[in-house]
Amino acid sequence: MRPLTLRLEACGGISFADDQGFVTIGIGRRIGVLVLLLAAFPLRAAATLGSDATSVDADRVRMQAALLGITRNDRFAVHQLQAANGTTVREYLTSTGTVFAVAWEGPWLPDLRQVLGPYFDAYQRNATVVRNGRRSHGPIAIRTGDVVIQMGGHPRAFTGRAYVERLMPQGMQAASIR
Amino acid sequence: MFSLLLIAQANAPHCGNPGDASRVNTQAVLVNAGPASTYFNGAFTSVTVCVPGTNTCQTIGGVLVDTGSSGLRVLASALTIPLPQQTGGSGIPVAECGQFADGFTWGPVQMADINLAGEQAKNTPIQVIGASSFSSIPSGCSNTGAPENTLEDLGANGILGVGLFRQDCGIACTFTGSSNPALYYLCSSGACQVTALPLAQQVQNPIWLFSSDNNGVTIQLPAVPAGGLLATMGVMKFGIGTQSDNALGNAQVQTTDPGGNFTTVFNGQSYGSSFIDSGSNGLFLLDSGATGLPLCSDAPDFYCPPTLSEFSATNRGANGQSVSVAFHIGDVDALNETFTAFSEIGGPNPDPVDWGLPFFYGRSVFVAIEGQSAPGGTGPYWAY
Repeated sequence: MRPLTLRLEACGGISFADDQGFVTIGIGRRIGVLVLLLAAFPLRAAATLGSDATSVDADRVRMQAALLGITRNDRFAVHQLQAANGTTVREYLTSTGTVFAVAWEGPWLPDLRQVLGPYFDAYQRNATVVRNGRRSHGPIAIRTGDVVIQMGGHPRAFTGRAYVERLMPQGMQAASIR
Repeated sequence: MFSLLLIAQANAPHCGNPGDASRVNTQAVLVNAGPASTYFNGAFTSVTVCVPGTNTCQTIGGVLVDTGSSGLRVLASALTIPLPQQTGGSGIPVAECGQFADGFTWGPVQMADINLAGEQAKNTPIQVIGASSFSSIPSGCSNTGAPENTLEDLGANGILGVGLFRQDCGIACTFTGSSNPALYYLCSSGACQVTALPLAQQVQNPIWLFSSDNNGVTIQLPAVPAGGLLATMGVMKFGIGTQSDNALGNAQVQTTDPGGNFTTVFNGQSYGSSFIDSGSNGLFLLDSGATGLPLCSDAPDFYCPPTLSEFSATNRGANGQSVSVAFHIGDVDALNETFTAFSEIGGPNPDPVDWGLPFFYGRSVFVAIEGQSAPGGTGPYWAY
């Protein structure tokens, strides 16, 4: 009854989308939530896991999502997107602007290739190995080096998270990524 | 054990007997290694599909009973009769991308009369997974995860979704535009585009289309002791309170949120996205920090505590009804590899509590379908 052990090759390089001239809005350093109306303020939003915030908000465009708001504290910022299909995606950025985690919750899956970025192809391959190794269906948890990807839920209510441990702010617990 | 199972499998399907007031509403559910001979904690049954309105029928065994989804899906490789293709308004074939936590199913939507025990759902849309004539998977589908389109990847000949909902998608898939979750596609010459699809043309939970016994289902599996069993066997009974054998009794009714979830309280914390899923092979909850259970050294998707760990949680429905649930989790790596039924399999989960097949062992679990009138009120609800 031993699920297979995974040995995964390194993921591909980090991709950067072209900058299309979105304006960055300063949020300030204090803790708080700032809800921004996208129609009024086109802005630089979060990007793909492992990517840099200097890339454009390709996720938002690809998912036809609205940026619901940005929460920021001294250690990280959370960009909350609402995909058109109703699913909420939260992207966690370090203070230096790297996406170190993404989490989603909602009725349908997000475009995982978009939110997982360079980690998606390995995820897709390894999810098959894990599922067939466990010889059954259920939620998925995959660790690839210091990248952890978890998928759970069922049609009409999915949840998931992915994070890069080495990029996480010191002392931050994975359970708080949701 | 094996002879018993073989007899049960042979007797499982009963073809329809329309007009019989006391029709057979019960059929066998087997927990065994399944048609790929590899599965554990999978509940399998047989489904008879027919070309609509004809006696051209086929009984397909090894179909996974899944309360976490709605609708029948069968592997094209297991299907030997030609079912008519569902088409969109202009006669273009409809295909589907079925979304699941651990992957997707891709294939055409076709029509079948579905026979389960003595019940029949006529001319019902089902998904035929992995059909060779629909081999080109659109990127919008493959970008949702890993494919589950073969016997090896699915571990079953199909999935019988007998969950809380009438359709697998519902109202969201009837809308055009970006809010459509992209489950249904129109496919022409190998090119597929997302389409809106009316409710009646979506893949259907067959139970609500039965002429009677159509408000839900009860799944009853015997208790499984720690250490597991080679295999076990129970029943699924169609209808709730519709016949002498499917009374709700003193089962507690728990309604759900629109997504089919309820709240689980564990160690004083409330987790609002919990669900009951016979198609998940374990009890999946939280993480090592919250449960105190170490992950397996070789598999971060299961717990491997050194001793059997006993727990209690409280499930609370949207209607406020609470039920205490005792469960245990043991070392997955220490289990007997020749067995297929285990009560102590557990693992982590990104947020909700996924009450998988071990929850069903030793219980009668009622699933009431949305909009259907049942003794405990109108579905959707769980009761146990």
